Amino acid sequence: MFKILEARELAEKTYLMVVEAPNVAHACEPGQFLIVRADEESERIALTICDYDRDKETVTIVFQTIGESSYKIAEKKAGDSFADVVGPLGNAAEYVNEPIEEVRKRHYLLVGGGLGTAPVYPQAKWLKEHGVDVDVIIGTKSHDTLIMEKEMIDAVGEEHVFVTTDDGSYARHGMVTAVIEELVKDMGRHYDMCVSIGPMIMMKFCVKLTKELGIPTTVSMNPIMVDGTGMCGACRLIVGDEVKFACVDGPEFDGYKVDFDSAMKRMKLYKTEEGRRLLEYQEGKTHKGGCGNC
Amino acid sequence: MAIEVDMMKKVPVAEQDPKERAKNFDEVCLGYNEEEARAESTRCLQCKNPKCVEGCPVSIDIPGFIGKIKDGDDAGAFEILSAASTLPAVCGRVCPQEKQCEGNCIRGIKGEPVSIGKLERYTADWAREHGITPVKENQKKGKKVAVVGAGPSGLTCAGDLAKMGYDVTIFEALHKAGGVLVYGIPEFRLPKDKVVAKEIENVISLGVEIKTDYIIGKSETIDELMDEQGFDAVYIASGAGLPMFMHIPGEQALGVYSANEYLTRANLMKAYRDDYDTPINKGEKTVVVGGGNVAMDAARTALRLGSKVTVVYRRSEQELPARAEEVHHAKEEGIEFALLTNPVEILEDEEGFVKGIKVIKMELGEPDASGRRRPIEIPGSEYEIECDAVIMSLGTTPNPLIPGTTKGLDTSKKKCIIADEETGATSRPGVFAGGDCATGAATVILAMGAGRKAAKGIDEYLSR
Repeated sequence: MFKILEARELAEKTYLMVVEAPNVAHACEPGQFLIVRADEESERIALTICDYDRDKETVTIVFQTIGESSYKIAEKKAGDSFADVVGPLGNAAEYVNEPIEEVRKRHYLLVGGGLGTAPVYPQAKWLKEHGVDVDVIIGTKSHDTLIMEKEMIDAVGEEHVFVTTDDGSYARHGMVTAVIEELVKDMGRHYDMCVSIGPMIMMKFCVKLTKELGIPTTVSMNPIMVDGTGMCGACRLIVGDEVKFACVDGPEFDGYKVDFDSAMKRMKLYKTEEGRRLLEYQEGKTHKGGCGNC
Repeated sequence: MAIEVDMMKKVPVAEQDPKERAKNFDEVCLGYNEEEARAESTRCLQCKNPKCVEGCPVSIDIPGFIGKIKDGDDAGAFEILSAASTLPAVCGRVCPQEKQCEGNCIRGIKGEPVSIGKLERYTADWAREHGITPVKENQKKGKKVAVVGAGPSGLTCAGDLAKMGYDVTIFEALHKAGGVLVYGIPEFRLPKDKVVAKEIENVISLGVEIKTDYIIGKSETIDELMDEQGFDAVYIASGAGLPMFMHIPGEQALGVYSANEYLTRANLMKAYRDDYDTPINKGEKTVVVGGGNVAMDAARTALRLGSKVTVVYRRSEQELPARAEEVHHAKEEGIEFALLTNPVEILEDEEGFVKGIKVIKMELGEPDASGRRRPIEIPGSEYEIECDAVIMSLGTTPNPLIPGTTKGLDTSKKKCIIADEETGATSRPGVFAGGDCATGAATVILAMGAGRKAAKGIDEYLSR
């Protein structure tokens, strides 16, 4: 059993938990993910690792409630336990295994959209701690849904964090792509590498822009998974005309090569109300309350 | 009433009625009762030079245990069986006996071979029902061995090493031990709680520790196991990995599954039960592509979930790699076979869901490298099969987690870990490997055979 030490709501339907998981905490790196199974009957849910403490042997997860299984995770309180926490899974961000002198020569732009802000945080923290220049853009629907702004500022400094909201209720008004243009075109900032994590549609448009601007871009893919260990093949994606598996080949891929449209098609129908209704119509009540993660 | 035995024929075994069982997940074959087992045991010729044993990957003394059944000594039969096999109740159910022990049986020349698999199952089930567990040795070697993967190969190797007196720890990536026995082979062929869990308990009772949720190659590398955790040797049995696809148009459509995904949802995650959360596509018409045991398992699972099922296989019935019994059962249950047929495209509707599969007819040409006649497309013979789910069962490539994180571990072109067939030794001293991760996808019993040989190999290495 894996004990939950801290559990709080960050925004509506968005939760943070600190969990005891020694096997994950002592080995995980930015970019990797883990799998949680709340109880014996629950699904295996892939979640990004938002933070880790090697000494305390804990990991921090941030997630949204979409379907029944994520609600089951959210219902847990500090002091409760998960049946399983498995990881670290997937590959660390590329720079983690590169010579640090090479990495330090680059200026990094990190873009987090919505819940994607959480997995961007350990990347920002790692890069800053290793003396790498980094700017962070946080994009979110509105002020209410903004998460981890303070943590990000603490990690990289206020002058390196740029927040934008879709509805203009806080900070900048508009999409992350507008901020990228502002930073590069108006403020003359130069970036050698971009890491973009968030909704598929955001990553798609982010890559479209960074390609025009000539900034190589890594994206983190979060498709449907079952085992997460390189066995089931549910997480397959088309990357550069090849079939790749997010759990063992990723989750980070060269954004220029990812076929976002086919990936979105696979996600969309499971993740939206419309899609779930369609699924119920086509597959019957197999989704047990709209799992959102099948 | 004594059973009249026809020496040319197997004593028939009771099975659930095909119409009934097509709607449930209960075990299909009910196994021999005592009387039937005693009757069948009289058919064994007790050969001086038993060919059946040569056909058994773990070299069970087959005439020996059958002789004990004949004598009414079921405990004696189990003692002989468990000396050679860690998972006899599993093997009795899933081994391709017709290609191994029973395929070599002298009885089989003129009539039907002795039903060795069913007798093995009888003995193992008898022992379990009577609470008899394998004998544990007390001698301690004082050396630690790590086993990666709690599937049939890892469990066998661990059981054998524990019997020799080694301290054995198995590291399992999933939340449950058993490997393909729990995620792959369905309940109706291999009951999980009644059979698999009990056989794993037997391995634990030998002193083996199993750590689940533990990813070797990520959480800990092989080097860390040996250098930091003090393991003297490691056996890698990480099993089959990623499923293969055909690379035809439409494979990313909604409703296309690998057999691994489909079966994992159904078996490991128990998606067919309402009290478990993991969903599964209950299509109305399912097409399964492939002809192996996994394809049969996927097809029969889909059938039980309420779908009509067609198996599409590019060669003829003769080449079907699945166990004869599985094909026979599948047909009895109403699964259709489109043989000498190969998919060319998966058709999707405007929402991205599968709506059919376009296939082409094949004919057999000259034998290929595998010795089987090569299937060749018949031009212009394409047609469509309507369906709303497609399950690809084309085999797997080995799990990449360990080769990718272990320096100096040689792999083949097909990404299999290169291991000595007799000892399991790899290019790294002290590191052994076997089962699907070394051979590519094969059977439970071959993986067990490799585990057994590796246990001997490890013992020899550590005794030097």
